[in-house]
Amino acid sequence: MVEIRGLRKTYGTREVLRGINLNVATGRVLCVIGPSGSGKSTLLACINHLEPFDSGRLRVDGELVGYREHRGRLYELPERDVARMRQSIGMVFQQFNLFPHMTALQNIIEAPVRVKRVHPDQARKYALELLDRVGLADKQNNYPAQLSGGEQQRVAIARALAMQPKLMLFDEPTSALDPELVGDVLNVMKDLAGSGMTMIVVTHELGFAGEVADELVFMDDGLIVEQGDPRDILRAPKQPRTREFLSRVIRLQ
Amino acid sequence: MVSSVDQGSQQKVVPLRHPGNWVATAIVLLLVAAVLYSVATNPAFEWPVVGQYIFDPQILAGLSRTLELTVAAMVIGLVLGTILALFRLSRNRLLSTISWVYIWFFRSVPVLVQLIFWYNFGALYSNISLHVPFGRTLFSVDTNTLITPLFAALAGLGLSQAAYTAEVIRAGIVSVPAGQNRAALALGMRRMMIYRRIILPQAMKVIIPPVGNEVISMVKNTSLVSVLALAELLYTAQLIYSRTYQTIPLLIVASLWYLAIVSVLSVGQHFLERKFTSR
Repeated sequence: MVEIRGLRKTYGTREVLRGINLNVATGRVLCVIGPSGSGKSTLLACINHLEPFDSGRLRVDGELVGYREHRGRLYELPERDVARMRQSIGMVFQQFNLFPHMTALQNIIEAPVRVKRVHPDQARKYALELLDRVGLADKQNNYPAQLSGGEQQRVAIARALAMQPKLMLFDEPTSALDPELVGDVLNVMKDLAGSGMTMIVVTHELGFAGEVADELVFMDDGLIVEQGDPRDILRAPKQPRTREFLSRVIRLQ
Repeated sequence: MVSSVDQGSQQKVVPLRHPGNWVATAIVLLLVAAVLYSVATNPAFEWPVVGQYIFDPQILAGLSRTLELTVAAMVIGLVLGTILALFRLSRNRLLSTISWVYIWFFRSVPVLVQLIFWYNFGALYSNISLHVPFGRTLFSVDTNTLITPLFAALAGLGLSQAAYTAEVIRAGIVSVPAGQNRAALALGMRRMMIYRRIILPQAMKVIIPPVGNEVISMVKNTSLVSVLALAELLYTAQLIYSRTYQTIPLLIVASLWYLAIVSVLSVGQHFLERKFTSR
């Protein structure tokens, strides 16, 4: 589903991605962990072209995202084509980013109706199904400000799913939540993984990674330091940097 | 033995008295009464003349011209201001520079100067024409027939209003968190749709109150147009008193109408603000 080869990106003079190679097969769940500033959120933003990159190749479902290749060079695509590609890649943000002037239901149907031109009745029907699936069937008419952080994040997941994506990206989805609200969001994500969705999750929730992920990646300083079965890495990390990071995170949790 | 109820009243606190307040209030009331008395009794105010002209058809025509100018200049200001704000925020350096220069220029030159300048535009270019380069003239028009007092008034008021509105709209757009844009992009929305559906509705909360103030200012600024001999409210009053020498009562007539319009608009603004800040 996702193929990344030699991905590099710099912000000014700082190289935040220094050659990333990564594959995620359809239906698999990849968790990415690492210290802040390691480039994991930037990597995620490159996958749906919210951030352009400098070199390398990045394909989703066999298609280059945001670029076309001509004689071995990448040319950035016009807005229309990039927007079309983003429709099939869902994204969930640390800060939820729900649209505050719309109700939960309106948030979910906005893109299907406006972008995909789905009939509003049909979009509403699917949105209610999704709200039910994330346990918020009774909150359809609430504005984001009337929802808890955990509820907002679950609406945000439903909003992304409403576009019927083939890939879901999660950027630290529980980092802004009060501890007692984290469980509900993780359960929704666990269900989603169980339903066969391809997912890339940047997270600090090692428990979730160990239980749900098919593969774990540890990133540091713009590079993938260690990669493999999450249970192996969490139990016995091979790289000293992974070991140091895990011991620090586990002490905090 | 004292009962507990008595103890309670004994323990009640006496707040600090402010005798100075009472004295000040009395003095101010006296002054206000003195002013009102003199306004009511001084024959030079000529209140009967005010009553005679307040609903005079000529005055009412001037009033409606003032309202038309306000609406037209605000529409120009809002449309052009929105475009300028988008230019200013554009990634294109040329567009954002053009917008910056425009705003700098039109906010720096007084509106009165701009109005007179537009009125005398004919002295600068006596004729305005459009040519195909090295070819024939598509059209040509005499500047003095194109630039009527109304044109000059709308140019002067509208173009400078656009500069102020642009800043207000820009501030509104910038106030929307960047995450909103990212979330909308991630859903596959395109820039124009994101502005229309996501950014502007949220920016409105920040834009509406100052634009309301600008409308109120514009009502009063239209009186500047009197220098172009355009018969809005003030110039109409001037026309009448230049004939009858009843200067003060006619200025009072104009002032009462400005007071009335601004009061109505202020009430409207109050409700608009409440509507847009409720969420």
